[in-house]
Amino acid sequence: MSLWVLVWNYLRSRPLNTALNIFLLGLGVAVATILLISNRQLQEKITSNSRGIDLVVGAKGSPLQLILCNIFHVDFPTGNIRLNEAERISKNRLVRESIPMALGDSYMGYRIVGTTRAYSALYDANPAEGAWWNKPMEVALGSAVSQTLRLPLGAHFTSSHGLTPKGHTHEEQQFVVKGILAETNSVLDNLILTSIESIWQVHDLYHPGEGLQGIRADSTIASPLVPSVAAGDSTKEITSLLIRYRSAMGAVQLPRWVNSQSSLQAASPAFETARLFSILGVGVDIIRGFATVLIFISGLSIFIALYNSLKERKYDLAIMRSMGASKSKIFFSVLLEGSALTFFGTLFGLALAHIALFSLPYFLDEAQKSGITGLIFYPEEGIILAGSLLLGILCATLPALQAYRTDISKVLAGN
Amino acid sequence: MVVVSSLRYQYGSDKALSFPDFSVEKGKTCLLLGNSGSGKTTLLHLMGGLLKIQQGKVEISDQDLSQLTEPQADRFRGKYMGFIFQRNHLILALSVKKNLLMAPFLANMKQDEIRVDEVLWELGLWKKKHSRVSDLSQGQVQRVAIARAVLNKPAVLFADEPTSALDDYNCDRVIHLLLSVSEQNQCTLVVATHDQRLKSIFPRQVQIQNQ
Repeated sequence: MSLWVLVWNYLRSRPLNTALNIFLLGLGVAVATILLISNRQLQEKITSNSRGIDLVVGAKGSPLQLILCNIFHVDFPTGNIRLNEAERISKNRLVRESIPMALGDSYMGYRIVGTTRAYSALYDANPAEGAWWNKPMEVALGSAVSQTLRLPLGAHFTSSHGLTPKGHTHEEQQFVVKGILAETNSVLDNLILTSIESIWQVHDLYHPGEGLQGIRADSTIASPLVPSVAAGDSTKEITSLLIRYRSAMGAVQLPRWVNSQSSLQAASPAFETARLFSILGVGVDIIRGFATVLIFISGLSIFIALYNSLKERKYDLAIMRSMGASKSKIFFSVLLEGSALTFFGTLFGLALAHIALFSLPYFLDEAQKSGITGLIFYPEEGIILAGSLLLGILCATLPALQAYRTDISKVLAGN
Repeated sequence: MVVVSSLRYQYGSDKALSFPDFSVEKGKTCLLLGNSGSGKTTLLHLMGGLLKIQQGKVEISDQDLSQLTEPQADRFRGKYMGFIFQRNHLILALSVKKNLLMAPFLANMKQDEIRVDEVLWELGLWKKKHSRVSDLSQGQVQRVAIARAVLNKPAVLFADEPTSALDDYNCDRVIHLLLSVSEQNQCTLVVATHDQRLKSIFPRQVQIQNQ
């Protein structure tokens, strides 16, 4: 016999009530935990995906769209910019590195990105199988793409316009899988990478064999962005330019300089994602409020359960006192009961949250692309556990005090 | 050994109870007789330390109860006293065995399972050791309550109206059970009752008279 055995048997003697309280608190804790985990992982994803990119330059439009499209690959391009204009920006002395991006096509919902090797270097990506692309129309698949689509090395496929599989397909141009990238836990895992030339070729802007040999006689300098074409080409277009500053000065001067040019706009990933989070924050606050209300109600429910059961147990308490139990032992038994309820409720809630996040990708493809996993535990969950234990103690204090104050003689004589 | 001397108790401002002086030798029995409202239960609670002594003196095994602080009184009660109440209240959430183990647990004494078996055997409850309390008959419940009261081998066993709700046959059975159990465990037995049937059984009787 121990205090714990006593409390455990009391909880077991009211199975429905105990289950209800555990379930109610579990639900509140689960919502709060899911919020915590997804928020944390989303922020981590955003920071790691925009790491090394200080500025995105693209066509005029929504700056947020420019970031969502070119860094996170979830939105449509704002339009195209001319290659020669992009070259001009990349030659600015404030720019340390610039990476061209050509977007617009997809295969089975996975975006095909025309870019250079510098882009994959941002995420430390390397081929796990095969090799990098060498020629136009050769691609390297992100690890998640290869896992879902099961395209082997050497497989051919045609792209479709836009981001949906039903878009207009470019039947005449076939891509070939040259490499499969190792997992990077970044947006790269969900992309199909190829050269800029491939995108041009699909859209009839580039012809094989054109290359440097075919450049006009008045220019012998290769483009700094796409070396296979001549610098200053006014016909070729790309979607955007990812830029890293040479110094902090860049942050001050470059965006203003770019935005002053009529056809271009510059957007800062840090600024735009902060803005995005402040917009999402409203929704997050609502869900957090909902979780708080749930947890509060479950606290109230635990309080009422303890309070009611004490009425039934008044005689139990008096008998225990007559058997030598001190007032403080009675007090602690009630506190223990309250905290045991919240402890189990919280454990249930934490487990529920992790299981939900873990199993979500099996039901929802979109959830898989978001890359949120239920397998990571955060120290904040310990705070949730400690907080709910505190809640249990708080809810049990009043009933426990009442138990403490029970006049045993009166109860025993009152039969 | 139980000694009561010049004991008085005041409920509020209007109801005052006074009790006769008496003592019970170790291992002997005593009947506290009185009508309803005469203060039998109050006297029993005062003797058991369940009520704080206002005036006078109660000594149990040479310990003056009024000298004890509340936690000390709790500990003393758990170790040296056993109680049987009319309602024979058991804790429904616990099995028979766990109900019995509550006695040493709450008194901070060693939880001796052999002793539990012994007492269950004495009271013919051996087969009910692991039963749920709600599965017991009324008579079995009473026997478990008695077993619980004597488990810690108390010096004094207090019984409050143990027979008043019973018919003649069961009254006889229960009182003889109490007598034999307290003899086996060598404890002083003090029974408070208005049940006149017990008069013939207890040689030592104290009349409580309050209005």
